[in-house]
Amino acid sequence: MPEFIDILNALVLMTNYVILPALTYGSQLALGALGVTLVFGILRFSNFAHGDTMAFGAMVTILITWWFQSLGLSFGPLPTALLALPFGIAVTAVFLLFTDRFVYKHYRGIGAKPITFVMVSVGVMFIMNGLVRFVIGPADQRFADGARFIFKAREFKEYTGLAEGLALRSSQVITIVLAIILVAALFWFLQKTKTGKAMRAFSDNENLALLSGIDPDKIVRITWILAAILATVAGVLYGLDKSFKPFVYFQLLLPIFAAAIVGGLGKPIGAIAGGFIIAFSEVAITYVYKKFLIYLLPENLEPESLMQLLATEYKFAVSFVILVLVLLVRPTGIFKGNVV
Amino acid sequence: MKKHLLTVALAAALATSGFANAAQTIKIGVILGFTGPIESLTPDMAASAELAFKEASDSGMLLNGSTITPIRADSTCVDASAATAAAERLITADKVAAIMGADCSGVTTAIANSVAIPNGVVMVSPSATTPALSSIEDKGFFFRTAPSDARQGQVLADAVFESGTKIIAVTYTNNDYGKGLSDAFIGAFKALGGKIAIVAAHEDGKGDYSAEVAALAAAGADKLAVLGYLDQGGKGIIQASLDTGAFDSFALGDGMIGQSLIDAFGKDMVDTIATSPGGSSDAMTNFISLAKANKIGGEGPYDGTSYDAGALIVLAIQAGGTADRASIQANMNKVANAPGTKIYPGELKKALEILTAGGEVDYVGATNIEFSDVGEVYGTYRQLEIKDNKFSLVKVR
Repeated sequence: MPEFIDILNALVLMTNYVILPALTYGSQLALGALGVTLVFGILRFSNFAHGDTMAFGAMVTILITWWFQSLGLSFGPLPTALLALPFGIAVTAVFLLFTDRFVYKHYRGIGAKPITFVMVSVGVMFIMNGLVRFVIGPADQRFADGARFIFKAREFKEYTGLAEGLALRSSQVITIVLAIILVAALFWFLQKTKTGKAMRAFSDNENLALLSGIDPDKIVRITWILAAILATVAGVLYGLDKSFKPFVYFQLLLPIFAAAIVGGLGKPIGAIAGGFIIAFSEVAITYVYKKFLIYLLPENLEPESLMQLLATEYKFAVSFVILVLVLLVRPTGIFKGNVV
Repeated sequence: MKKHLLTVALAAALATSGFANAAQTIKIGVILGFTGPIESLTPDMAASAELAFKEASDSGMLLNGSTITPIRADSTCVDASAATAAAERLITADKVAAIMGADCSGVTTAIANSVAIPNGVVMVSPSATTPALSSIEDKGFFFRTAPSDARQGQVLADAVFESGTKIIAVTYTNNDYGKGLSDAFIGAFKALGGKIAIVAAHEDGKGDYSAEVAALAAAGADKLAVLGYLDQGGKGIIQASLDTGAFDSFALGDGMIGQSLIDAFGKDMVDTIATSPGGSSDAMTNFISLAKANKIGGEGPYDGTSYDAGALIVLAIQAGGTADRASIQANMNKVANAPGTKIYPGELKKALEILTAGGEVDYVGATNIEFSDVGEVYGTYRQLEIKDNKFSLVKVR
């Protein structure tokens, strides 16, 4: 039997390297996937511009954060970016409504097929891509301030006397807490409010919804505003936790879509589950379990090798293998969404 | 254009007036990635090489007052087919005497193998550093003024091992540069008696590096060698390492050196060793002031090697007395290596005079040039540490 202290060490080790990072990354993916799934459910197309909408929202928030910082405003131990977030959301929402008015509305008017919408969104993606680089440049930007750590690995070790350290960053806590609040608010909105119900009705059966007097323009507007909120929050949280670089947001599009499809496109609960599945599988499957097992196994069974299922080079393959398996076995995704 | 016409007219006039060795216009290709991932570095690199050409042309000493016309072409750094097409054009249509370039390891290998070597044209790369280029079948036509990463791997391994680290984890950016440098480092570190706990590649530009860091941390090393790029995955790895408390002591390759890294994490990184090409020589300082006087940056990582690449081609032309492709190849090693008068940046006129008089030169240049028997520099490296919030020199290796 392993001693109690060994079990504690093993648990701390897993929490520090697998559970906390995956929870944070999963929350960021889940918020991104929620935006994608919402646009898919109501406007009925895969919005490829979503990654760059995240970059746009984060960019606006960063610019406002810098302005606040220059004015000497701060949010105590919390990052100033959280103060700037509402303004970032407002600007992004206006920008998305503007895009809808001048781009997507035309294609809705002529009754374009979904694939046309997808291609249009690719065009919008390139424009946003260029716009973000034009305004803030392609380089890394740091805008996080406030306390970065709640406690560091070394402090944890000294405090508890354990051999393994555990670091907790404020950005991790903020990410997880904000994601929970936002998801709860979104579900409340969709389930309990009249507009939310109208949106779900519109998503289920567009013609029936129109017959019962639902204003389609209003539904579209609300959808874009929700997409702007989700994208900006996801973008800013990601930037706070890691750093802001436009190209990386573009790259995030792949895991976000994988998350949305694995969970079931058009199903908000699926997007959240999908985000965490993708994040946990990436980290857990490529983790080196040697140290973990050394803590738990009796001495004569201790592993010599690294005990790694897959090398980290293959971590992107993991999410795609899951995606392919889901599409083969259950094309609707885990929560029975739409088939693309 | 006007100047060019004038030169041609002058050359024609001289030719008709019956000189045996008439002044001529020599074309030299400058193929660098003017678009693509290193587009911010290449303008100064090209300008540095062209500075050497201009120096030679203006001296009036090059082959009886001949002048050099550089012809630029785009290597794109990443697209091998575009790069070979551009090189093909330089060689067959523009009929250049030699090529200064290319830049990135992948396209340089492609151009050397499929265009330059088959056509018997000398290529001098200022920045391709993959160890694989040491062993291509180059028939003596490929040279480089940037040292191979095999040497850097050795230097970094020596520095880390001597500092007392016997076991280390390694992560590299998943491309020719990262793989080559990591193989060299691992080989050298093992040969010294060190142990490699784990090797994990990382992709650049990805959203999350916690999986890589988790794997690296669990293998039981206290120091992490990061052989990647400063503003790409390498930075993400360091950030995730510091965030989880996995590592705070690092060994860094040349791609990781930059003030932005220190501005971001300087105070959290302890006991960090880094290597970057170049000596601490006065020659480099002289080159930088020469470049600045000509409105060129000069401080880019490959500006000095670019100037040297251009200068070597010029001197090889002069040493052979002709801009013939084969003659340039035959004289490269002669002008680069001892014996002879040592030549530093800005002294091309002096070198050309010595060569005209039948003497010998040993071109040292900005970056301490000395070719090995496979036509590449041995390379000196600076071992750096982080001190007072900047990278500072420990010693030159």
